[in-house]
Amino acid sequence: MSDVSSDTMMLETPFHSRIEPLCGLNDWGNWMGYTTPNAYFDVELEYFAIRSTTGVFDLSPMNKYRITGPDAEAYLNRMMTRDISRIGTNRVGYAIWCDDAGQLLDDGTIFHLGKNDYRLCAYRRATDWLHWCALGFDVSIVDETDAIAGLAVQGPTSCSTLIAMGLTGLENLKPFGMQNYDFEGETLMVSRTGFTGDLGYEAWITPSKAEHLWDRLFEAGKQFLIKPIGSYALDIARIETGFIQAGVDFVSSEEVIRHGRSRSPFELGLHWLVDFKKPLFNGRKALLAEHQQGSRYRFALLDVDGNKPADHSFILKGDKQVGTVTSAAWCPTAKSNLAFAQIEMPHGAVGDQYIAEIYYQRELHWTRVLAPCTVIDGPIFNPSRRRKTPAVAF
Amino acid sequence: MTDYDALVIGGGHNGLVCATYLAKAGKKVVVLEARDTLGGCASTREFTPGFKVSDCAQWLHQLAPQIIKDLKLEQYGLAYSARNLPTIALGQDGSHLTLAGNVVNGAGISSSDQAAYKTFHHKMLKYANLLRKAYQRRPPKLVDSNWADRLTLVKLGLGMKFMGRDDMSDFMRIILINIYDLMKESFDNPLLQGAVSVDAVLGTAMGPRSPNTVFTYLHRLVGATYGYQGVSQVTGGMGMIGQALAGSAQNEGVDIRATAKVANINLDGSCVEGVTLENGERVNAPLVISNVDPVTTFTSLLGLQNIETGMARRVSQIRNNSGTAKLHLALNDLPQFTGLTDEQLGHRLIIAPDMNYIERAFNPIKYRECCSAPVLDISISSVNDSTLTSPGKHVLSALVQYAPYSPVGGWHQHKQAFTNVVIDLISQYAPGLRTQIVASELCTPADLEQDYGMTGGQWHHGELTMDQVLMMRPFPGCSQYASAVDGLFLCGAGTHPGGNVMGLAGSNAAAEVIKRGNPT
Repeated sequence: MSDVSSDTMMLETPFHSRIEPLCGLNDWGNWMGYTTPNAYFDVELEYFAIRSTTGVFDLSPMNKYRITGPDAEAYLNRMMTRDISRIGTNRVGYAIWCDDAGQLLDDGTIFHLGKNDYRLCAYRRATDWLHWCALGFDVSIVDETDAIAGLAVQGPTSCSTLIAMGLTGLENLKPFGMQNYDFEGETLMVSRTGFTGDLGYEAWITPSKAEHLWDRLFEAGKQFLIKPIGSYALDIARIETGFIQAGVDFVSSEEVIRHGRSRSPFELGLHWLVDFKKPLFNGRKALLAEHQQGSRYRFALLDVDGNKPADHSFILKGDKQVGTVTSAAWCPTAKSNLAFAQIEMPHGAVGDQYIAEIYYQRELHWTRVLAPCTVIDGPIFNPSRRRKTPAVAF
Repeated sequence: MTDYDALVIGGGHNGLVCATYLAKAGKKVVVLEARDTLGGCASTREFTPGFKVSDCAQWLHQLAPQIIKDLKLEQYGLAYSARNLPTIALGQDGSHLTLAGNVVNGAGISSSDQAAYKTFHHKMLKYANLLRKAYQRRPPKLVDSNWADRLTLVKLGLGMKFMGRDDMSDFMRIILINIYDLMKESFDNPLLQGAVSVDAVLGTAMGPRSPNTVFTYLHRLVGATYGYQGVSQVTGGMGMIGQALAGSAQNEGVDIRATAKVANINLDGSCVEGVTLENGERVNAPLVISNVDPVTTFTSLLGLQNIETGMARRVSQIRNNSGTAKLHLALNDLPQFTGLTDEQLGHRLIIAPDMNYIERAFNPIKYRECCSAPVLDISISSVNDSTLTSPGKHVLSALVQYAPYSPVGGWHQHKQAFTNVVIDLISQYAPGLRTQIVASELCTPADLEQDYGMTGGQWHHGELTMDQVLMMRPFPGCSQYASAVDGLFLCGAGTHPGGNVMGLAGSNAAAEVIKRGNPT
């Protein structure tokens, strides 16, 4: 892995030889130094592959760290705001971590591989922070980013596709569970996780088997209308299901330069990931104070009138600006125009109504729309197949 | 179960001062000391049969008068065998320079240097006065400051402003620079330049050309603003300060336990609960005040895994290099120093012929090597104090600047040779010294670390540099004696205003503990 392509400065993922010919639009993005497709052939059709059949997304650039040693669990428990001991073996947990000021550094998933053996998948490079956190702990931290290739296989026919590829019994894997399979003599680890809010899996393998995995997956998925998807399609899916994204909906407090621009978990609607029953974790003292004194902002999921995505909009209450939009999309399955906003307290309660000030351009002509919007509770797209075990076959 | 209202770890002078002020405020306090004697670095020890010596700090020049008064230390045994002793900078040719207050004489000093020293001394005292005011209260916070903090800052600012425009701008000019440049522009006499530079670098791991050494000079000079004209010698050695403080503490109802080494600070959830001693005994108190250096407190006693990462990171970044060792000699007769009278032998003797000499002594410790000609601050304490040894015999102690903390190959390889280097050096000024030596002892920075529990053997529990003073001492977020751990406070030299036997860290910490009230 980490081959630098001949004509750019970008790194290529282990799936690149398969992705490049499929990327008809030749629309590439930079994901943490790796060249990855924004779109392959048509963003909307890619999106509908996620929702109607199977979409495959290359998530190899995701930063992966292996954390082992006698103090691994204690170490993660001090670092993360949630109680790590509640993530069972062969289970995956979503987690966030903060600095001492209770400001969000990043979010990610923790794979509990065995006793005191974890893999952390993080959006940002985290080597320095992970090592600072290791002061006082007996742990080993190994960057596995280059050593593991990963594909997200998401959508209603994803389970059928993977079973057709030979992953017998996969239908019985519960959400956030993981299971190992033999794949041509190597271990293929499959977790029932994803960033789409749908039935879906993530498959992890050594880079030398990456191309074979891609080939066999697409061969098996042909009958289930499998399609590769780029980051634009994934973005619509994650907004539709209410998932925030690091670097978009919040800026890591380590990257923030201007005072006050970082956010706490409470300000992002992540209360459920903060466990004050733990006597110590990074940010606990500051978060406890915030919990008692109140936050500066509230995360609001907005249902916006009309079909113009409220990208970067101001949120108004009368003439007063009370917030800004961080993510927005017209969501085809939910048939809703959704937006995530940061609203100044005390505004932003469920049911509150505001105006989204949306600007858009048609043929060099800028237009402003004042679209009424309502704060809604919970994601609009949340199908039961996402949770059903055994997974529903197609 | 709670045994005490407050528990102080470490019976050094700051710990005892803090404990006594807390007891005066009505708290039930215990002091737990690892060693069998009290006072910490204010200590007297019989290092060889029949010879007692102040075995860490050897001069008193900074103990705050308010503390002496409040704690009635003179009533509890604090006495002086000599006060306001001149400093004599020894010349290699037997022609020495004497500094007393603002007067400097001898060694062919020019009248212009004499006048310049008066002016210099006057100005430096003015600047030290600024520090004195800041030292008497907790350092202000810059972020999230309250009115008291802002008032402190305003007072500091006004204090600078009231010095007048010229003095203020000169203060701003020199406060971050090095003593070498300041000496070069102030005086011509190399012995004078050397003697002032020694006061700037003692106890640090900095040379005269190191930035920040004007600040460390002013730090030392704060004692002069209290009225100390030069150094004083405590009867019975510096350990008597420990005893006087302990006496005062006990009179206020403080329980003092020696040979009670704390192994762990215990937590109940996120609050301190007390400590466990090395023998397994638990002592409980809702307030634990550590006089131990911050690195030891957070790393060994509490454990970095028990604090948040940002704080653990700050602790791991505290700079506490030391460059100071201590030599003790037992002598069967009074040594004869070329060009000194018997009375002058009781004064503070400095070996630092010029600033380059000091810088060359400093250079090797950067590479974990021993120098071949160290800087010395010598006290022949038995000249002024007959209680230290039997009549006719004498003890000499010397601060040896510079010695590496951990020389390449280990101290066991270098200790004897370096001891000889120091003795040979003194012999150049005091021929015949070698034949008078009954016993000798070199305490390296590593020994001082071991004996006094100071990380790095650093006197100040953390280098006194601009990144580690005032609101950044010991580190930002922990500068007002309280730590991020509920109920855990610091009161040692690692906190504002820093080291030397001054006592203000202890009294400021007590004021803060009292102000914050009982933990809920």
